Amino acid sequence: MVFPVIIVALLQTLVGYFSSVHSHLSGGPWRLFEWLLTDVYGTGMNVLSEVFGVQMLGYPYMQRAYLAAVCIGVIGPLVGTFLVHRELSMLADTLAHTAFAGVAVGLFLNTVLSLSLSPLLTAMIVAIGTALIVELLIDHAEAYSDTSLAIVLTTGFALGSVLITMTDGGIAVGIDAYLFGSLSTVSKENVGLLVVMGLLISGLVTVAYRPLLYVTVDAAAARAARINVRLYKRLMVVLTALVVVSAMQIMGVILVAAMLVVPVATAGFVAQSFKQSILLAILAAEFAVLSGVTLAYVYGIAAGGSIVLSAATLYVITLIMTKADIRWVFRLLPTRSGASTDHTEQGLKVDGGERE
Amino acid sequence: MTTNTASTSFPEYSTEPVVSVNNVSFAYGDIPVIDSVSIDVQPGAFLGLVGPNGSGKSTLLHLMLGLQNPDTGTIRLFGEPAGEFDAGERIGYVPQNATTAAQRIPVTVRELVTMGRYPQRLVGRFTETDHQAIEDALQAVEITNLADRRVGQLSGGQRQRVFIARALAAGSDLLALDEPTVGVDAESRESFYELLADLNESGLTILLIEHDIGVVTTYASDIACLNRRLYFDGNPEDFVATDALAAAYGTDQHVLSHNH
Repeated sequence: MVFPVIIVALLQTLVGYFSSVHSHLSGGPWRLFEWLLTDVYGTGMNVLSEVFGVQMLGYPYMQRAYLAAVCIGVIGPLVGTFLVHRELSMLADTLAHTAFAGVAVGLFLNTVLSLSLSPLLTAMIVAIGTALIVELLIDHAEAYSDTSLAIVLTTGFALGSVLITMTDGGIAVGIDAYLFGSLSTVSKENVGLLVVMGLLISGLVTVAYRPLLYVTVDAAAARAARINVRLYKRLMVVLTALVVVSAMQIMGVILVAAMLVVPVATAGFVAQSFKQSILLAILAAEFAVLSGVTLAYVYGIAAGGSIVLSAATLYVITLIMTKADIRWVFRLLPTRSGASTDHTEQGLKVDGGERE
Repeated sequence: MTTNTASTSFPEYSTEPVVSVNNVSFAYGDIPVIDSVSIDVQPGAFLGLVGPNGSGKSTLLHLMLGLQNPDTGTIRLFGEPAGEFDAGERIGYVPQNATTAAQRIPVTVRELVTMGRYPQRLVGRFTETDHQAIEDALQAVEITNLADRRVGQLSGGQRQRVFIARALAAGSDLLALDEPTVGVDAESRESFYELLADLNESGLTILLIEHDIGVVTTYASDIACLNRRLYFDGNPEDFVATDALAAAYGTDQHVLSHNH
């Protein structure tokens, strides 16, 4: 089995990442990343800021926010496209809420046992664990339903809230940031995590694109073709957990799932192929994150919310443009020739004939 | 010409059965679904699997393809135990309702047919052989002109052809279909079964689950009538002559045998 190997490698990378951040080892990769972030990317953004006279691009925390948001705009739809078309959209939301329990577990253990675990690491572990359990439920017990996801989701969140109240009041302060997300607190570590995840997830999806697609479109036939369906279904849910947890701090637990779902649904209206649907979903997500972050800065509103609202607006516009018969809108507008604006019987007949 | 892809992909005509089911029983929990069934599918056969709803047809097909393991008895697929058989490209499977899922997903005809090559090439670049197999498969079922359309935009009959093309692109030796023409209009159904008959003539072994017994007696070379037990296994002429249908269907037989 390849899968345990992947998981172990993944966890090792994560643990390595978190521990290196935490012990402030000035290891090579982290140094390199800092240099890239501040000296290369930061300087570039500063130049942009001066050239276009846009002040916010010059602030390091906004630079970090934009970079983090761009990463989310890539990994969300990249994984979300498979998830949505497997009709598992709710899984993203479920994992986000159990990841919140993971954060609480981390904070709780830190207080009780005087550890210094990163809450993100515990969130990652809990979310991946939940993802695999849910997949197991779907696969074996055939007990999968909306109901079972709803139960896991609420139970996870309940566990989180209980653990939070059992821990000293001090941590409740930071909880809002996890629930609703926060732009101003995007740290170098957050951005680093998202960049690493961006590379890792893009790499994995590229390598496993064919089996993931086959399993998404026609799992039964994929199994008959002797493709390891179980492995790729698990990969899909683990990737979802990774996306959700790494995007959680910016988007917030409650809204993060939107980035895996809304742009994908938008792209589904217009995409002519599966590859195109992934690309269009990423474009839609990038539009949402860039406009969302900008609006959040300009109006001082919650970033997660403004990103999701941007995504939803794009969804509604696309829906109307593609689904609704909007010819009547044009008919109501005065035409330049002014000849056939009136709804003559003949005009209606011609139209009716067209539609049939 | 239409069956070029299929015929070139058959390695040899061995006398060994493609599928050999030997005294197999299977139950979901304590509900018996298949009871002591033995049946062989010879190379080049067109086997129609009929039986009432819930008679275990789909389960038997799953068992034959090695998707489930029997509780007792043995199943051999191309001479190997079905569960261990791993040359996925030799099996073309069109599951029940497969096309409804593909309808929602923004996937093109070409993307779906290309999946037929995935077992051989799960990663890495497609070769000229791969591309040729895909083009030949599209050609064989006459959907080349639809290649860049979304599967969801096709008619029911066209959509079924896409799934056949996927099996042809793989170079499958065995094509298994589970009620493929549900929701397909009568005219397209007929041309779909003509296509299957052509492919069968070129040497492709076909397993077909079908509720329309008239279709099975017209096109299949063999009929298996199942209702947990096997009530009949033989050619269509004998099937019509016996009362196996009445026995398997119980009192409903007059409804189901009218259109033969």
